[in-house]
Amino acid sequence: MLAYVGRRCLLAVPTLFGVALIVFFLMRAVPGDVVTNLVGLQGNVSQERLAELRRMFGLDLPVHVQFGQWASAAVRGDLGTSLRTGRPVALDLALRFPVTLELTLLSLVVALAVALPVGVLAALNRGTWVDHLGSVLALLGLSIPGFFLGILLILLFSLRLQWLPPAGYVPLTEAPLQNLRHMVLPALSLGLVLAAATARIVRSTLLEVLGLDFVRTARAKGLAERTVVLRHALRNALIPVVTVVGLQFGQLLGGAVIIEQVFSLPGVGRFALEGINLRDYPQVQGAVLLIASAFVVVNLVVDVLYALIDPRVRYE
Amino acid sequence: MSEPAAVASQRRGRGSARRRHPLLVAFSGAGGVGAAIVLVAVLSAVFAPWVAPYDPVALDPPARLLGPTREHLLGTDQYGRDTLSRIVYGGRSSLSVAAASTLFALLVGGTMGVLAGYYRGWVDGLMMRVTDVLLSFPAILLAIALLAFLGPGFVNLVLAIGLVYVGPFARVARGAVITVREELFVEASRSLGSRDWRVLLRAVLPAAAAPLIVEVTLRLAYGILAEASLSFLGLGTQPPAASWGLMVAEGRRFLSLSPWATVAPGLAIMVVVLGFNLFGDALRDALDPRTRGRG
Repeated sequence: MLAYVGRRCLLAVPTLFGVALIVFFLMRAVPGDVVTNLVGLQGNVSQERLAELRRMFGLDLPVHVQFGQWASAAVRGDLGTSLRTGRPVALDLALRFPVTLELTLLSLVVALAVALPVGVLAALNRGTWVDHLGSVLALLGLSIPGFFLGILLILLFSLRLQWLPPAGYVPLTEAPLQNLRHMVLPALSLGLVLAAATARIVRSTLLEVLGLDFVRTARAKGLAERTVVLRHALRNALIPVVTVVGLQFGQLLGGAVIIEQVFSLPGVGRFALEGINLRDYPQVQGAVLLIASAFVVVNLVVDVLYALIDPRVRYE
Repeated sequence: MSEPAAVASQRRGRGSARRRHPLLVAFSGAGGVGAAIVLVAVLSAVFAPWVAPYDPVALDPPARLLGPTREHLLGTDQYGRDTLSRIVYGGRSSLSVAAASTLFALLVGGTMGVLAGYYRGWVDGLMMRVTDVLLSFPAILLAIALLAFLGPGFVNLVLAIGLVYVGPFARVARGAVITVREELFVEASRSLGSRDWRVLLRAVLPAAAAPLIVEVTLRLAYGILAEASLSFLGLGTQPPAASWGLMVAEGRRFLSLSPWATVAPGLAIMVVVLGFNLFGDALRDALDPRTRGRG
């Protein structure tokens, strides 16, 4: 097991390197160059200031040296300073990452709480109206953009019923209840979309497992249907579900960028978008690097979890 | 107990005239509904000037933020522009971006996957590492990041969304090619002395096309969602042009005054994406040999 974990961790290194490479070259993809682009916003700037800015970005060095410096600083947690506030980008990211993390974790809870019962019920009632209703809901969930679902929820629960706040954020540590009230709608918007995809997979894998020999054996032993489904079939059906949910959890990190914008949550995604609007390139770079790295780590954890649940994976 | 049932259903299958062509199956039932939605969306976008009742950018301040009326079936936005007309014209940006980015991803990713699957070895290794890195970003984040640095605009939007979907296409194409490359007819084509490109084009590609076609329809749905999301964030289609995502973002500020300007374009996205999903699912079931011919 340890050997597997070690091997899997090593495999993540080149991926992280690739991610860093892409994030680094994004900055170089700016038409013209970053400095002329920035200066364009401010009007006349002296040649000395231009040269100073270029030095600050390291643009006066050969590209591979630039990448080396940038990457080694990033590994040490130095993501540069914001052009606008002059604060270290890493500091702001550290303040904002918990918001994004809370949002994605709550969305995952929503997704599982909805998808598991819906998927199981649909599989057990295959071909009946329960199954059909489940399929229709899942298809609708797959077709609605998260931001639109969020706006519909605001329309209903904030503007019409006035049950929940339409936007804003209170730190979890300050007022946990208020925090949850603010997170309900964002977590639903992000989680229900994932629930749709997951319910489909729960249904199909459970159906597959229910047709296998060991389930027939369990039934033949005279076990109660409840035990057969929950203890024998579902446990085995959940193995592929873990992988898919794990991969989707990573996608939640991307979806969070949009949902944070809808509900004005001060997370990493919103930080990136603020940076985009103000052309604060280090800020955007740092945020993208953080989310992409988190995505790689999540995938790594999922793979390891998968090996824990299903021993066959380790020997491949 | 299940065996006799299976045999019976097989017998029934054999008895019932000839098996219908898979495309016919895909176009019936839910798949047909999906195809109809897609057709309506495409036609109304192409013939927008004839379909839309008003000019999509014509301002009419006295008539702003109206609910549905006889003159404005879906109401108006904050500038008094007709929502229905903007949805019809918005379909042009949404569908063209989705189509162009899917085509880009199909050409680049499909080629990478076919080469990787056919030649294996280091070509395969290199292509799949590139794919791994592309797939190690959350999809929408990569598109956001690309647009952040490239700037908005049709070409950049297509590039950003297309690049995100290169990975999935490469994987699907590679998988499909690997399953057919050892088949006898490919072997035969090779042993007849055909050049590689001929074997690829005449023998491998046609056999591997089905999963790619399915991938195209499902990716078109993602493409529309991606265009809408990016335009909603202000990174995609720019005002005053109409795009469904942008309309949702613009109408949102007046949500409490008039929800129509927001809800109508949102529903448009949802219905069209649903259409592509329904048709894509049906197509997959019809073309997939494992589910083909089943009820």
